[in-house]
Amino acid sequence: MKNIKYIALMALGLVACEPELDNSIEDAGAYSSGSADFSKFVTVGNSLTAGYADGTVYLEGQKNSYPNILASKFSFVGGGTFKQPLVNDNLGGLVAGGVQITDTRLVLSGDPLAPTNVAGTPTTDATNVISGPFNNMGVPGAKSFHLLSNTYGDAAGILTGTANPYFVRMASSPSATMIGDAVAQNPTFFSLWIGNNDILSFATSGGAGVDQTGNLNPASYGSNDITDPMVFHGTYDALLSQLTASGAKGVVMNLPSVTSIPYFTTVPYNPIPMDATTAAGTNAAYAPYNGGLAMAAGGSLITAAEMQQRTITFAAGQNPVVIEDESLTDLTAMGLPSIRMATANDFIVLPASSVIGTLAVAGDPTSVIGVGVPLNDSQALTENEAGMIATAQAAYNNSIAMLAAANEDVVLVDVKSSLEQLAAGGISYNGGMITDTYATGGGFSLDGVHPTARGYAVIANIIIDAIEDNFGAQLPKADPGTYPTVYID
Amino acid sequence: MKKLLSFVVFFLVCSTIYAGGYRVAIQGQKQLAMGHTGVAVISSAESVFFNPASISFLDGKMNFSLGVSGIMAETRFENKEYGYARNTESGLATPFSFYATYKANDWLSFGLGVYTPYGSSVEWEKDWEGSHLVNDIDLKAIFVQPTVAVKISEHLSIGGGPIYVNGSVTFNKNLNRTLTDTNGNRANATVEQSGISAWGYTLGFMVKPIEKLNIGFNYRSKIIMQAENGDATFENIPNSLPGDYSNGSFDAELPLPAEVTVGLSYKFCDKFLFAFDYNFTQWSEYEALVVEFDNSAGTSVSPRNYKDSDTFRFGLQYEATKKITARAGIYFDESPVQDGYFAPETPRNDSTGYTAGLSYKVNDKLSIDASFLYLHFDEIDNSYDYYQENGQNVPFGGTYKSSVIAPGIGVSYKL
Repeated sequence: MKNIKYIALMALGLVACEPELDNSIEDAGAYSSGSADFSKFVTVGNSLTAGYADGTVYLEGQKNSYPNILASKFSFVGGGTFKQPLVNDNLGGLVAGGVQITDTRLVLSGDPLAPTNVAGTPTTDATNVISGPFNNMGVPGAKSFHLLSNTYGDAAGILTGTANPYFVRMASSPSATMIGDAVAQNPTFFSLWIGNNDILSFATSGGAGVDQTGNLNPASYGSNDITDPMVFHGTYDALLSQLTASGAKGVVMNLPSVTSIPYFTTVPYNPIPMDATTAAGTNAAYAPYNGGLAMAAGGSLITAAEMQQRTITFAAGQNPVVIEDESLTDLTAMGLPSIRMATANDFIVLPASSVIGTLAVAGDPTSVIGVGVPLNDSQALTENEAGMIATAQAAYNNSIAMLAAANEDVVLVDVKSSLEQLAAGGISYNGGMITDTYATGGGFSLDGVHPTARGYAVIANIIIDAIEDNFGAQLPKADPGTYPTVYID
Repeated sequence: MKKLLSFVVFFLVCSTIYAGGYRVAIQGQKQLAMGHTGVAVISSAESVFFNPASISFLDGKMNFSLGVSGIMAETRFENKEYGYARNTESGLATPFSFYATYKANDWLSFGLGVYTPYGSSVEWEKDWEGSHLVNDIDLKAIFVQPTVAVKISEHLSIGGGPIYVNGSVTFNKNLNRTLTDTNGNRANATVEQSGISAWGYTLGFMVKPIEKLNIGFNYRSKIIMQAENGDATFENIPNSLPGDYSNGSFDAELPLPAEVTVGLSYKFCDKFLFAFDYNFTQWSEYEALVVEFDNSAGTSVSPRNYKDSDTFRFGLQYEATKKITARAGIYFDESPVQDGYFAPETPRNDSTGYTAGLSYKVNDKLSIDASFLYLHFDEIDNSYDYYQENGQNVPFGGTYKSSVIAPGIGVSYKL
């Protein structure tokens, strides 16, 4: 009898024990969607939207993509499921038809720690089309006009470059467009962050591409070219019209500075240490070049200013690298290459760090790369090239701001200004500060271009702030300190 | 009866949990029902714990008490800024007690107590938002207390005895907020040791100035539980992480603080007994949880900065019939945890305990005792501010609310 009573008491206890808060975050009204409707959130963009980090797309990166972080917060105010085109594993990289086409993910490995591609062969096959639709329509590498292309998801174009393997594997059909697959989902809320690659690939190629400003036919562009701002404007207008055609609201992000990412800021312009003897020897080797410049200036082939700009002089201490600069006057007829010493206004790309100071020709001490052998066009982004990028970036951002302002359902998120703090000391969070320092700053992943998960969390918070301010929503935030940065294997 | 006993015995192998700090105030079914008063109550063998001096005044040549409670504790945690909402896993903890007394002659009595006054078992969802502070913790300590009491006069007795403690600990937490292997599995450490032994003592006085009034005093000494050379296990550490994080050993210590209890009991209206206890617990002893590892994890110092705490207990006993005695009580338990030190491993704030119980006298020798405890906590906004990363404090907090209920049952036997 007592036994039964005891068991009954225990059963009662199990029910009665659950503590409840007076104002639980799970109560209706704890948060608010304001005037927005997050029930169907679709996001369109490039690698930044895909959660790309450490040189590839991998599962942990996708889990921490800024759209996935946003969706997890939207779930408190009626947000629905958020489906991403998940890759197979944390190796990263892609194969197409069994052939590896992109590298595995970068991690820090070894002693001392250094960025290294994870060992293994990628298992995600781009030609293996997975079934959507996908709320996250982020396709690494996509430029603005790619979103309108109906060949971008056709596997036949992967090798020729008219298609993108990341879109091939998620496109609803080979002739689908990215924007079409996004709009077909009838989003109630969208985000659009596109245009970065319209300048970024030119930048990361060290300006090896062409500034296509003036050329209105994107079909004729090379992969590393700068998109014409008129083309960008027209494309962006079309994208926004389609996304908002059914009354969806959304956010658009402008384009942060390209040249302030670690890919361009990690290697200094003057990484060459030299003693006086070596400097004298090197200067002797460059004496014919310098002499030739003087002759060219004397013959008015170049200005005195250009002669001075091109004259190569090493001294004891830290010295700039020697770089190729195609904007210099062509003096090859005199046997003079278009080279000069880098200045603080030039950018040396991150991959150059592994070749600067090494010998181009084994055993030949005069072939030190950056000294006797100049960095080539793809290893340095010159001041002039950086100027082209800045001009295009400003034009794109003007278009984004103008087109967003023209539609009351669209809110501009000024990611550009917010991320400028990264270079100006950092962005603080509960427990630290993220900066743009390569590998250790916490903001950028090991590819030097894309954010870490922590960086994406900061971006998600910037977007949440804008949504709260403009749509009257109230949402939980991401705590950046709980998101990982670079990985050690 | 047999069934009941096997039921009780089954639970003896389980563990304990909960209290202000990690104290579990469930040391006897009769006394728990009276708000866990008892320093001045002369009723059963439970006095071995509550005041060893009072066993001098027990009726009968021998007394036995055996009891167990089932504690169901759960804590809700929410953080509105980040949208966190978690509950601790609701396990069952079973503090038990066994007491025996033997009256050798009119002035000399002996006793033995086996009980579990400390313990904590909290399990959060693995890798939850506070996992850098704790994933799960399980502390257990069994006290064995041989006791002797001397009746100095009809008005005064003194008693006491050594306490032998045998304890164990397992504690798992993630190394920090973000470190994982390349597949995103969180790096974590488990420390584990059992068979930790330590000694302490208890001492009590009982004064009976007039027939209906008892005044009691009990002191229980501080006991330091020292884990030495326990097992430290590290999981999901990246291979290339600089330093040595291989499995090894750890040293740590946990104080079980000294306690002073004074109180009185007063018999009135023939059938009623009122009891009041005041406990003072020297929790300020617990300054920090220091765990020393023998590898690159080094020494982990988690400030606790507990403060001394007071507990006020009130109990009432009513002999309803010859067969049935009813009991009820209330107590106000001050948490030793100070603002800013609210760690999720012992998420306890001030609480109010409501208790009730019954004894059913089967015959002159045997009675069955049942008790029930409901511990009420107000919800609290608090945080633990002393976890550090990159040399700076990283507060972790939100709104916590705990709820505890503990039904219990026991038997008393008198010869």
